[in-house]
Amino acid sequence: MKVTFPHMGNLYLTARALVAGFGQEAVVPPPCTKKTLSLGTQYAPEFSCLPLKINLGNYLEAAEMGAEVVVMAGGVGPCRFGYYAQIQREILQDLGYDMEMVVLEPPDAHFRELIDKLNYVARTSWRERLHYAQIAWWKTKAVDDVERLVEKTRARETAYGTADKIYEQARDRIDQAWTKKTIRAAVEEASAALAAVETGRAEEEVVRIALVGEIYTVLEPFMNLNLERHLGRLGAEVTRGIYLSEWINEHLFGGLLRVKGSAKEAKKMAAPYLNHFVGGHGLETVGSAVYYARQGFDGLIQVAPLTCMPEIVAESILPTVSHEQGIPVMTIFLDEQTGEAGLVTRLEAFVDMVSLRKKRKRERVAGLA
Amino acid sequence: MKLRVGIPRALFYYYYFPWWKAFLEALGAEVVVSPETNKAVLNDGVKLAVDEACLPVKVFYGHVLALIGQVDVLFLPRLVSVEHKAYICPKLMGLPDMLRASIKDLPRIIDVTVDLSKKPEKLPELVLEVGRFFTGKKKEIMAAWHEATRAQEYAEGLIRQGHMVDNVWSFLAGEAEGLTVDTGAKRFKVALVGHAYNLYDRYISMNIIDRLSRLGASVVTPDFLPDEVINTEAARLPKRMFWSLGKRIIGSTLHFLQQSDINGLIHVASFGCGPDSLVGDLVERYSHRSGKIPFLYITIDEQTGEAGIQTRIEAFTDMLAWKGAS
Repeated sequence: MKVTFPHMGNLYLTARALVAGFGQEAVVPPPCTKKTLSLGTQYAPEFSCLPLKINLGNYLEAAEMGAEVVVMAGGVGPCRFGYYAQIQREILQDLGYDMEMVVLEPPDAHFRELIDKLNYVARTSWRERLHYAQIAWWKTKAVDDVERLVEKTRARETAYGTADKIYEQARDRIDQAWTKKTIRAAVEEASAALAAVETGRAEEEVVRIALVGEIYTVLEPFMNLNLERHLGRLGAEVTRGIYLSEWINEHLFGGLLRVKGSAKEAKKMAAPYLNHFVGGHGLETVGSAVYYARQGFDGLIQVAPLTCMPEIVAESILPTVSHEQGIPVMTIFLDEQTGEAGLVTRLEAFVDMVSLRKKRKRERVAGLA
Repeated sequence: MKLRVGIPRALFYYYYFPWWKAFLEALGAEVVVSPETNKAVLNDGVKLAVDEACLPVKVFYGHVLALIGQVDVLFLPRLVSVEHKAYICPKLMGLPDMLRASIKDLPRIIDVTVDLSKKPEKLPELVLEVGRFFTGKKKEIMAAWHEATRAQEYAEGLIRQGHMVDNVWSFLAGEAEGLTVDTGAKRFKVALVGHAYNLYDRYISMNIIDRLSRLGASVVTPDFLPDEVINTEAARLPKRMFWSLGKRIIGSTLHFLQQSDINGLIHVASFGCGPDSLVGDLVERYSHRSGKIPFLYITIDEQTGEAGIQTRIEAFTDMLAWKGAS
C-alpha cells in the first residue's frame, strides 16, 4: 500500500524512513505551496486552525499521486490537533476519496491500539521496524543539528542565501542516507561548508532572538512565511524553543528517548505567570519567555495559527512576563490571509527596536567602565 | 459581616450557578452576580482581552471588571475538566492566570483547580478545598455540598420541564418573579444547539430564543436532554470527543437528527471558539448527511448586528414554513 503523511518542516525525512521500515511505499506529498493551501482552505472548516487546512491540502495532493493510506498523529486534547484526523477523515469521505486514515494516538493512552495499528500498516518484522525507527531518529537529529548551525550562519553571512543552499543540499543528502555513517558524514560536510561561509556582520551587531509558539508554525517555513530566513537576513540569530527531534520523541516515541532540549526545562519556569497545563505548547511558550530572558536573549517572537487556543492563553500572559523579565516580545498570528511583505515589515521593526535596545545597553555598560 | 463573593455572569455561570450559589450561601457568603451583559460590559471585556480571544472569554473579562470594587472575593475556579477524560478548553484552563496578567487590582480570588480528567474521585477533595476558604469545619462543608447538589438537581429538573436556563437561574436568584412559559402559537419545533453561555446570554445571542419564538418556533436546546442521552449519542463518534461542551453539542445534534418532530436545526457558535470550529463542522456534515432537517449555522461575535441575525432566522423559518412544517 502507498502511505502518505502530512508535512511539517523536515518531518518528511523521519516519516519516509519510518514508512520504509513498514515495508511500504512512501508517497511524500509535494512541498507545501499556494495550491496546497487553497485546496485545504476550500474544503476545511472556515474557522479551523491553519495546520489542519494545510495538512488536508497535503493529503489531497498525495491522493493525486496515488496515496491510499494517511498516517497521522493523534492526541487526547484539549488542543484541536487531537481531533484533526477525525475532521479530515469526514471531509475526505464527503469528497469521495477512498483514503484510509491511520491515526497514531499517544502510546500512554492506548498502547495496545498503537501496536495493532502498526501491525496493520507494517508488513515487516519488529526487528526491521526498530532498525528503521533508529535510522529515522538519526536523520531527525542530523537535520536538527544542521539547522542549528544554519541559524547561526544566516545571521552573519555576507551573501544572503548561502547558508540556506548548504542546508538544502544537506537535507537532500540526509534524506538519501541510510546508514549512521553516511548520515553523520552529511552533517559533518554541511558543518564544514557552513564554517567556511564568508561572514561580515560584527558580532555585537547580531541580535539573539528566541522563536517560540505553536509547534507547526514554528517548524513549517511555508506556514510561518520563511520567518527564520527573514530574521537571519536582518541579522538576528534565531534559537527555537522546540526542534523536530523533541516533537518526534514526545509524540511518536512516547518520550522514551532522552533529548537535549529546552522545552521541558522551560515548562517549569512558567509559574507563577501560568500555573497550569493549557494544551499544545502554551505552557512552554510562557516558560520559554522566562527562560530566554534569563539567558540574556535580546527578544522573543511568539508565532501561532490564528485562533490557536493554547497560544492565546500564552499571548495574554506574555506582556506581564515581558515587563517583569525585561525581554521584548512580539506575537504573530498567521492565517491564510497573512502576506509575507506585511510580516517582513513587522520583523524589521522588531529587529530594529531590539538592536537599538541592545546598542543602548552596550553603551551604558561602556559608559560605566 | 458576610463575605461578599462575586460570580461573573458568564461562561460556567450558565452551567453551575445553582450549585455555586447554594454552596457559597450555605457557608455564610453573600453571592453577588455581575449584571446582565450589556454594551459597557462587552466593550470593557473587548478592550481588556487580547484581540484573538473568543467572544465568551472577552465577555467574561467584562463581567470580572464589573465586579471589581463590589466584592471581597471573586469566585473563579480553574475549570480544567469536569469529567473523566474530557476537558473544557485551553482558554478556560488558563483563565485565572490570564486575568491576573491583565488586571492589576484584582481582588482575592478563589481559583481552585478543578481537574477530574484523570481522577473523577477527586471531587470531594476539591469541594473541601473551596469550603476551607470559609470554614475549617468539614461537617459544615459537607452539609453545604449536599445543599448545593440538591439545588442543582432542582434547577436542572425545571430545565427538563422546558424552562430556559437564564429564566430558571434568574428565578432562583430572586431576580425574576417566576418561571415564564411561552404560550404563543407554534408552527414548528427548532433545535438550537450551542454553548449555554452563548444561547442564554441575551445580549450576545441577540435574544435568539425569543426571536425564534416570535417567529412561531418552539425551541429545544441540549440542556433539555439528560446527560445519558448526550453521552450515548456522542459515543457513536469514531473517536471520543475530548471537549465536554463539544460533546454536548454533537451528542444532542445526533439525538435531534433522529427526532421526527424536529423541523430545523440551528448551531450558534462564537467567533474564535476553537472546539466550535471543528464540532460545528461535524454538526453541519451530519445534518447534511441525514438529509432531512434544514440546518442553519450562526457565528456570533462582538460585531454581529441584530438586523443580520433577524434576517437570517426569518429566512430560515420562512423556509421551514415553505417546506410544509406545521
